[in-house]
Amino acid sequence: MNFLRIFTRSQSSAPAARERLQVLLAHERASVGDSDLVTKLRDEILRAISKHMQIDDDRVSVKMERGAKVSTLAVDIEIPFDAEKKKKAA
Amino acid sequence: MGKVIVVTSGKGGVGKTTSSAALGAALAHNGDKVVVVDFDVGLRNLDLVMGAERRVVYDIVNVIQGEAKLTQALIRDKRLESLYLLPASQTRDKDNLTPEGVEKVIAALKSAFDWVICDSPAGIERGATLAMRHADVAIVVTNPEVSSVRDSDRIIGLLDSKTLKAEQGERMEKHLLLTRYDPIRAERGDMLKVDDVLEILSIPLLGIIPESMDVLRASNVGSPVTLADGRSAPAIAYFEAARRLKGENLPVTIPGEKKGFFGKIFGRKAA
Repeated sequence: MNFLRIFTRSQSSAPAARERLQVLLAHERASVGDSDLVTKLRDEILRAISKHMQIDDDRVSVKMERGAKVSTLAVDIEIPFDAEKKKKAA
Repeated sequence: MGKVIVVTSGKGGVGKTTSSAALGAALAHNGDKVVVVDFDVGLRNLDLVMGAERRVVYDIVNVIQGEAKLTQALIRDKRLESLYLLPASQTRDKDNLTPEGVEKVIAALKSAFDWVICDSPAGIERGATLAMRHADVAIVVTNPEVSSVRDSDRIIGLLDSKTLKAEQGERMEKHLLLTRYDPIRAERGDMLKVDDVLEILSIPLLGIIPESMDVLRASNVGSPVTLADGRSAPAIAYFEAARRLKGENLPVTIPGEKKGFFGKIFGRKAA
């Protein structure tokens, strides 16, 4: 176990810090001008869905992962069988 | 009903966020359900220290403004499944953090988690006072250094007057967490002694965290120091502090002093 600690310690952590900051700041600088695409897509997708059904926030899960080259956006929505009818009634 | 803890200090850079993440992870390590809440609206960093910065979807201001449900804003830690993070907003004004909104969020978190750890921003402004407002327990993070001790004293005054507990005439439970303790400087006599700080602030000691490269290394890779290397000196100190928080009576050892003989003489009674 001790050997393992010495081994993991020998790897420097600064490159990881640099890489994480670069990705994070690139996204944050983009979001200042409200041009963060992932956030924009998230909001527009939710808006589009709410046109067709009443969105129950508890049944919608949104996940984002911002990467250096690729970001992912996962919108997971439970659509009840009678969602459309409910929207019309509302 | 969970316990609400505020991690506060007045002064910036003493280790509030590091301690919030490390204690949160230490408590969650035993399976307790823990949420760490970032109150530093506009300058959030807890997400970065916990390595969740790329996964922030919604934040506490979104929840307060009704733009997202609390469950949607909570981010589950990738390493510990009972550890969650509620990020602060990076772009919104801190005025969006309303007393009513914070009250609702804390009440909801309290009923779902064993521990709600509120990471306070530096200063004594809105964010800091709202972070401490609903606390059951306060952890005052202090460096053995004059300006930090002075600011801690000021914060202790606020904890005893501006919190809900204080207003209801109850006593706020306060603990001192001495961070960035440097055994070499202490030995040379160039640092405030643990006893000096305890005497000046007169609140019980929760733990002493040694100054260590392990803390910097952990933040570089985005991991609470208690998860990055559980056997490092600061991690062990945080794990012990977490046990004391849970009510265990564990003597505090001063870093740099030999545990056996000296520990018996100088080992302090824990909070």
